[in-house]
Amino acid sequence: MTRRARLLLFLCGGGVLAALFVAGAVGMPGFGSTHHPDRDLAVPAAVSHGTANVVSAVNFDQRAIDTFGEETILIASTIGAVALLRPARGETERHPPDLGRTLESTRLIGYLLMPLTLVLGADVVLHGGITPGGGFQGGVVLATGIHLLYVTGSYPALERFRPMGAYRTAEALGAAAFAAVGAAGLIGSGSFLGNFLPTGSFGQILSTGTVQVLSAVVGVEVLGSAVVLLAAFFEQEISVRKNES
Amino acid sequence: MTAILVLALVLTAGAATVVVLTDAPARQAVTLSAFGLVLVLLFMVLQAPDVALSELGVGTAIVPLLVMLALNTMRKDRADRDRRDRR
Repeated sequence: MTRRARLLLFLCGGGVLAALFVAGAVGMPGFGSTHHPDRDLAVPAAVSHGTANVVSAVNFDQRAIDTFGEETILIASTIGAVALLRPARGETERHPPDLGRTLESTRLIGYLLMPLTLVLGADVVLHGGITPGGGFQGGVVLATGIHLLYVTGSYPALERFRPMGAYRTAEALGAAAFAAVGAAGLIGSGSFLGNFLPTGSFGQILSTGTVQVLSAVVGVEVLGSAVVLLAAFFEQEISVRKNES
Repeated sequence: MTAILVLALVLTAGAATVVVLTDAPARQAVTLSAFGLVLVLLFMVLQAPDVALSELGVGTAIVPLLVMLALNTMRKDRADRDRRDRR
């Protein structure tokens, strides 16, 4: 494609996108106003299913199908990136000796923060239905916590703590469990991803029906995805070398 | 409240400009991480803690780490090729 044709194509697509964006923004309620049609619909719907965190109610209950799409995109893009980054022909994987040198103070902070980060991540995943956060945020926090081991310790230490098979399985199982909960909703409530579990008393950890279950399986999937993706980049950086020829 | 909001918006615009004006991509990863923190502040001011948490994990930790790793791999690849060319 010539430069001119590319520019023309971009201007067509960009023009339509800009027009739609402006039309959408003009139709929105004013910034900071008290008129919130979406809130007026979302909050009662969340409360009726015992979900204190309305954002999670939207993500895992009212629009759970959108989250299902997003999780599928996440797993597909991770698979794509890992396929691109695998050792190519003419490259071999080696395990170099530990060359990491870290400041004592960095090590100390890392060793203090790593368990705290992991506990925080688990907390964010498990309380997704009642406090800010949820599976995605908690999964990312957990993945970040695991990689503190690389920042403050060494790559071999990270490799020991991170059996790749387990994370690959976790990623797939998380995605499959999301679909399974959706199918169970089809049986239990008549609609895919319907909230069919009892909702209990408002504000309790098990009060949200399927919201908390979906949050947990998304947490597992996101943790697996983030670790697998970062591992592919780490392998290219640290252990994959071109063969001398 | 409005003053804090304006301050957060100005900070975000300023931090974003710094990211754009940073020349070396390796240094850009660091400014991008700092920009992520400012964005977290803005989301908190706008009462969106869920989004703030996502941005904190993805924008300030994982994306800069991926950028750093990718840049390092490219640099090493280029050094390898140079060495082979000289031989």
